[in-house]
Amino acid sequence: MSSADYCPATPQEVREMLDVIGAVGMDDLFSSIPSHLRAASFDLPPGMTEFEMLDRLKGLARLNGATVTPFIGGGCYDHLIPAVVEHLAGRAEFYTAYTPYQPECSQGTLQALFEYQTAICRLTGMEVANASLYDGATALAEAALMALRVTGRNRLVIDGGVNPFSREVIRTYLANLDLEIMEVVSRDGAIDREALLAALDDGTAALLVQNPTFYGTVEDLTAIAGAAHEKGALLVVSSYPVSLGLVKSPGEMGADIVVGDGQSLGNAMSFGGPSFGFIGALKKYIRNMPGRIVGETLDNQGRRGFVLTLQAREQHIKRQKATSNICSNQGLCALKGLIFLTSLGKEGFRELAQLNREKAEYAKEVLTAIEGVSLVTTGATFNEFTIRLPKDADEVVARLLTQGIAAGLPLGRYEPELTECLVVTVTEKRTKAEIDGLADALEQELESVHC
Amino acid sequence: MKLIYEQSSAGRRGVRLPASDVPAAVPLPAELLRTELAGLPEVSELDTVRHFTNLSRRNYSVDTHFYPLGSCTMKYNVKAVENGAGLFSEEHPLLPLLPGGLEHAQGSLGLLHALGEALAEITGMAEVTTQPLAGAHGEMTGIMLISAYHKARGNKKRYVVVPDSSHGTNPASAAMAGYEIITVPTASYGDMDLELFRAAMSDEVAAVMMTCPNTLGLFNPHIREICDIAHSFGALCYYDGANLNAIMGKVRPGDVGFDVIHLNLHKTFGTPHGGGGPGSGPVGVREALVPFLPTPRIVKRGASFILETENPRSIGRTANFFGNFGVMVKAYAYILMLGREGLIRVSEQAVLNANYIMARLKEYYDLPYDFTCMHECVFSASRQVKQGVHALDIAKFLIDKGYHPPTIYFPLIVKDAIMIEPTETESKETLDAFIQVMIEAAQLAESDPSAFAALPVTMPVTRLDETRAARSQNVCFAGC
Repeated sequence: MSSADYCPATPQEVREMLDVIGAVGMDDLFSSIPSHLRAASFDLPPGMTEFEMLDRLKGLARLNGATVTPFIGGGCYDHLIPAVVEHLAGRAEFYTAYTPYQPECSQGTLQALFEYQTAICRLTGMEVANASLYDGATALAEAALMALRVTGRNRLVIDGGVNPFSREVIRTYLANLDLEIMEVVSRDGAIDREALLAALDDGTAALLVQNPTFYGTVEDLTAIAGAAHEKGALLVVSSYPVSLGLVKSPGEMGADIVVGDGQSLGNAMSFGGPSFGFIGALKKYIRNMPGRIVGETLDNQGRRGFVLTLQAREQHIKRQKATSNICSNQGLCALKGLIFLTSLGKEGFRELAQLNREKAEYAKEVLTAIEGVSLVTTGATFNEFTIRLPKDADEVVARLLTQGIAAGLPLGRYEPELTECLVVTVTEKRTKAEIDGLADALEQELESVHC
Repeated sequence: MKLIYEQSSAGRRGVRLPASDVPAAVPLPAELLRTELAGLPEVSELDTVRHFTNLSRRNYSVDTHFYPLGSCTMKYNVKAVENGAGLFSEEHPLLPLLPGGLEHAQGSLGLLHALGEALAEITGMAEVTTQPLAGAHGEMTGIMLISAYHKARGNKKRYVVVPDSSHGTNPASAAMAGYEIITVPTASYGDMDLELFRAAMSDEVAAVMMTCPNTLGLFNPHIREICDIAHSFGALCYYDGANLNAIMGKVRPGDVGFDVIHLNLHKTFGTPHGGGGPGSGPVGVREALVPFLPTPRIVKRGASFILETENPRSIGRTANFFGNFGVMVKAYAYILMLGREGLIRVSEQAVLNANYIMARLKEYYDLPYDFTCMHECVFSASRQVKQGVHALDIAKFLIDKGYHPPTIYFPLIVKDAIMIEPTETESKETLDAFIQVMIEAAQLAESDPSAFAALPVTMPVTRLDETRAARSQNVCFAGC
């Protein structure tokens, strides 16, 4: 077996270089490492060629079994990806570039990120956006930290409609800070408005909500925004970007900070990553934003150009006083998001949202027509909704999975009193035949209970 | 170049979506509907292709230019690994969390587990979590693990110690985890001052964060002693793996005495940087910290892999799913291809290349810490500054000559720092050509220092007004 190490130096060149350095051999270069600190072990297999490597990975991929038809979302969605997205984002000049700290030779990345920030502002109704964060969950945690900085307060109210994974991530991020976190339980998959407003007080830094909720309900947040602002708190909204092709933007509803996960915009599911997190805010909060921001400026001949700006917020300058520790972001995934949005365009993106909703409405209709199945999310929904089954949802999902259908996300793991409930996700990729197939399989499975 | 929004023409369409095969739905209530469609571009598919292709041509990249960017390890990104990542692109991350779903993700979970084992062997740690999404995210995760460890012992400590040469992410990550920072200065021997470090230590210190080799490219000969001192105060030792490319097969942080480490797969393991991300920042820990690792944790049971989701001692979830999986497939593929000998050669050649550049340039640039370096060397432009030529000016000169500049002004402790990391994948010819251009820059600084001010002149823009950008805060296009 022969392996590659991608080191081009020939033995003779190595010798020449050692001579220039004045070293006898390679070991001389490592003489600053005391012998008692040398590696005790380095037990790795020999290398292989790219062909053997690919065979190995194909073997692993096969272990995942046959493809499953996903009616699951929960923060990662099976959407169409136009061919141009991979082709253009895969351009080596984007793909193998580093962070654009040297703006003159990085105008491609910088202008693209400026256009991306603009797209995020236009989708969310925010005034400013950054050049991306890691994912939707960490973006929400960063937004919570940002709200704490902006208000100087130390209390957060989190709605139960926020994805449970995101809530877990927030708790992890904030575990060591001196804070009060209050969670408000959802009612029928929607915001319990009375309870949420009652949880607000004059010490609350921010109210964190998700729209549509984890259960699928699309909320009008206008009154909630007003109530939060009355108490001096910020409204932070975690948003599913595809829904914004139809649904009123969080900005129009009065949000102060909007975040979300950008996977659904042109990024493959890829077992959950890489994706990107986006964050937008009102302009007055820009100095408290985390992460890199691209700004427009002029060169010394008066031509438009782009640079990383307001870097004095960031860790490489401010160290422990930075607005966040983030350095690497998910720039390439954000670029895919921009190319995705550009390729669909204004009307195409609306159509995409419309298709998602229509498919989901159809699925809602056929699934709830099954005897014993009822709708939990009775309000407006987008492409996810919650149903209640006449039996344990875990059991049903496990049975349907053996038929190659991921029927939905059973809620028992997250909400013990909802063990019979299932969040069903239907994207534009699901065909009528697949939806009918889900309904048939579910009906058969439920009928088998009765015999 | 025009913005994509400036090329928009009302009614123009790009990619078409399939027609609906289901009945029309009752529209959303009016109060939930957008009053106006989001102002996305309206361009043809060819417009999109031309725009982004032309934008890409305004970038330097590893595939087009030498990129000796210190602390960033801009090595060649092997193409074969891309085919590997594509094999897993359709996999939904919630499948293994569904009842009965584990069997639909044995390949993906197995890959992550195998990568974790390989990284644990490379670093000498007991177990690795692959959840953190980038280096800084790994640092924060690591410091939270340390915090959980101390708390489990009923010990609430207050401080994290970092050398002043550390990456900014170190103190920033520790601060996010709720710690106050003690910064220890660098001594004349190029490493954290041992006596000042000793003086900074107390029972209140939770951790000391070290980068080794440090950001001056030097291996710290006192590293074991630092770990011993820290441990004697009940503090843990954190290893910032940003510079691991220098020491693979030579030193393992776990053997030295480190308790927690993070790696940057987009540096050492050759995954593309994508213009700033995605990265991937797995974290390795010593046995005593395994109980605190993030959930869900991938555990091998017999021949199969399961997920440990409930663990009250865990710091919890740090990201949505299983980390930047696609990046990790590439890193795993890279490790498979290079194997034991390949990885050792990587570090040797990286160190050789850096020392070669250092040896050939130290006549022309000041070298404030003149020792055998590891994978990178740090010069100071202080000699050139006397002529009015700063590190930034030299950087712009290099751009015009077709080189991405080295990292400049970092580490902060070196005046007008020029930090050069050539990596192992560059040929001697490339290094020689770069050295020649660096020498020309030094000579020009002597003969005609004023010539630098106008540089670069070969790029689509000349020097940009950063003050104007910060003042106007124009970060979103307002027109069209």
